[in-house]
Amino acid sequence: MYAALVMANGAVMEGIETKVFFTFFGLDAITKKQMSSLHTASVGNPAMRMPGGLPFPTLLGVLPGVEAGVSKMMRAEMEKLDIPTVPEFLEMITAGGGEIYACKLAMDMFKLKKSDLSDEVKDVLTVGQFYELCGGQGTQIIFT
Amino acid sequence: MVDVNDEGYLENANQWTKEVAAAIAKENNLELTDKHYHVLDFLRERVAKGEALTIRSVGKSGIVDIKGFYELFPGAPLKLATKIAGIKKPLSCV
Repeated sequence: MYAALVMANGAVMEGIETKVFFTFFGLDAITKKQMSSLHTASVGNPAMRMPGGLPFPTLLGVLPGVEAGVSKMMRAEMEKLDIPTVPEFLEMITAGGGEIYACKLAMDMFKLKKSDLSDEVKDVLTVGQFYELCGGQGTQIIFT
Repeated sequence: MVDVNDEGYLENANQWTKEVAAAIAKENNLELTDKHYHVLDFLRERVAKGEALTIRSVGKSGIVDIKGFYELFPGAPLKLATKIAGIKKPLSCV
């Protein structure tokens, strides 16, 4: 999630035309209800480490409260580095002229309406419609 | 005369004056207003204090919001504004 937001915002910062398409579980990042309370997965996350760098035991990740604690720690570390929250990131991208789109198929699947999404979302598109927007010469499509 | 590097950033921050800023801005097809100078001052002060520059920090400065920052310095605002402010190109990712 953050990889996509950092790369998209980074492109906007460089003056590069930028459009982001959110699909499937990525929709959480642009759904009003979920976007402010996203968690860091403490199970099955290969980048997880204990403080100090030791490997994080998978069994520890399933204990109650561990995921919440890990997520809280991540947020504190990110604030130190001036990394925005998800809603703020979306605002930054659109403020710089970037555009945010949601995937129609995933919306249907999760029974979401346009009104459930962040106001920063420009439109709900099929994947084909999104690719049409990417038809210009020199376009690059980056999957994260 | 001022010394600049390959990318047009000032080599020596002490050579910066408001006139130098206006000249660099003009080379980039930009006419500076008071608002521009407020932002430039903010960036210079932050760098003098050793703080990192991010678009987010400009947005929280109280001078302009992020949208306003993009309007003042079109294209790549942080790169352009630091160039005009006579400070180093920022290494920030946000």
